[in-house]
Amino acid sequence: MKQRTLVVVSSGLSQPSSTRLLADQLAAATVADAAERDIELRVEVIELRDLAHDIMNNLLTGFPPANLRKALDAVIGADALIAVSPIFSASYAGLFKSFFDVVDKDALVDKPVLIAATAGTARHSLALEHSLRPLFAYLRAVTVPTSVFAATDDWGSDSADGFLQSRVSRAAQELVTEIDRREPVEIVDPFALNHSFRDML
Amino acid sequence: MSVNGIVEVPAKKERVMQFGIFSVSDITTDPTTGHTPSENERIKNIVTIAKHAEEVGLDVFALGEHHNEPFFSSSPTTTLGYIAAQTETLQLSTATTLITTNDPVKIAEDYAMLQHLSGGRIDLMMGRGNTGPVYPWFGKDIRAGIPLAIENYALLHQLWREHVVDWQGKFRTPLQSFTSTPRPLDGVPPFVWHGSIRSPEIAEQAAYYGDGFFANHIFWPKEHTQRMIGLYRERFAHYGHGDPDQAIVGLGGQVFMRKNSQDAVKEFRPYFDNAPVYGHGPTMEDFTRETPLTVGSPQQVIDRTLGFRDYVGDYQRQLFLMDHAGLPLKTVLEQLDLLGEEVVPVLRKEFAALKPAHVPDAPTHASLLAAKTAKEEVSA
Repeated sequence: MKQRTLVVVSSGLSQPSSTRLLADQLAAATVADAAERDIELRVEVIELRDLAHDIMNNLLTGFPPANLRKALDAVIGADALIAVSPIFSASYAGLFKSFFDVVDKDALVDKPVLIAATAGTARHSLALEHSLRPLFAYLRAVTVPTSVFAATDDWGSDSADGFLQSRVSRAAQELVTEIDRREPVEIVDPFALNHSFRDML
Repeated sequence: MSVNGIVEVPAKKERVMQFGIFSVSDITTDPTTGHTPSENERIKNIVTIAKHAEEVGLDVFALGEHHNEPFFSSSPTTTLGYIAAQTETLQLSTATTLITTNDPVKIAEDYAMLQHLSGGRIDLMMGRGNTGPVYPWFGKDIRAGIPLAIENYALLHQLWREHVVDWQGKFRTPLQSFTSTPRPLDGVPPFVWHGSIRSPEIAEQAAYYGDGFFANHIFWPKEHTQRMIGLYRERFAHYGHGDPDQAIVGLGGQVFMRKNSQDAVKEFRPYFDNAPVYGHGPTMEDFTRETPLTVGSPQQVIDRTLGFRDYVGDYQRQLFLMDHAGLPLKTVLEQLDLLGEEVVPVLRKEFAALKPAHVPDAPTHASLLAAKTAKEEVSA
């Protein structure tokens, strides 16, 4: 059985949050799908609310405090990422963006990412396509084609077996396919030089 | 001073480890009074501060170089020359000299001149500068920061070691049959430190030449400094300059002291909270935990500073940032008194007792000249 690491980044602000609920559903579906393909996924969840002050301090001082350092290292070491944000004012939450602002610009290169979002109404659903997807394109991540949006309606009592569930399953499958065809992520030492000094002279 | 090629340097400079202060030359409003010093006031103050550093028994005064407001120190050799004329033993250095935007020929000339006038009491710390708009003012591009630092320093290194230089590079006009004057004092080029907060290329550069490496050690957690110094030591040995623990390491540091620890915390907090770079961010308590900043009693500063050795090994130079964030002159001078009278004498004794014999002392003109003479005798 292959072993891989899945990191889930959730930037919901309320507790409990529907953003975290969606993140958990996506993580569970991904773990289940991976298990069917003989991949054991270790899941680590990063709640950005817990790191909110650290993220702002990193923006102001240029270095991450210890807890944020751990979260950033987790993202760097992840074989895949699930990134979920609430939609505020037509785009991702500022906290979500600020976190990815302090992630090293090369940390997500070729990393499979599943993007998802929550909002009050379905009218915000395209924020996934015009905000989150370009962000991860810039970071050169491999964002799976299916993004998952959940509005208040989707949490209704009659939607347990509905459209949201089928999208969650499809997105999870796509993410596992990307995990499955890759070698485990290699962590690059930021202090390592890849050329000799004499060549630089 | 140099007499017939023999340099008489006070015994004090032969000390195992050097302690001093470095200034970034910021002009910052005092948040407790609203007073913003004029450039003239701040420039006069820095001379007073440097002279007082010598009076309280410190070894080094290092001054930054900036070409933008709110900093005054665009012309460090002028300031350092003026200070050199009014001091006897103080080692003068930079923090940092911009190896990217300055012409290496001018650096070679200016600092050799200062070396002669100060009786060998100068060294330099090379840095790249991190302010994008400054580069184009000098016809350069920040995106070429590392290649500029590498090429310019290679030329500077050559100008101080070869009498006649033929040179061609990418960033400046070629040189044919050029001699940089004055030649370094006693044929000994000024010692060079390379400073970088996060670029392994610069640690590599310092290691390649067998020069010193200085870690800023103010803005980042100690784990980061530990990695950079570790890399430099390893590469210093790789290039054949000695064992890793014989590499020449300097550290920055930031302290604020009062006899009573709570007084220090209370007095420094408004300066911390409003400081450029980290103000309005983490709490002083967070920043004290995450970085080497120490706010407290002299004994707390002693304990924390002795602890630096645990993660960088035996090192040669410790500089403290003292005159920033709008602290008034009177306060800065009081801090120097505490540093010179209560902290540094203990640190000198403790560090010296811990240092193994094969670890070199801090480099001075006298020690470099002695090493040069010894080498020449061997080859003769």
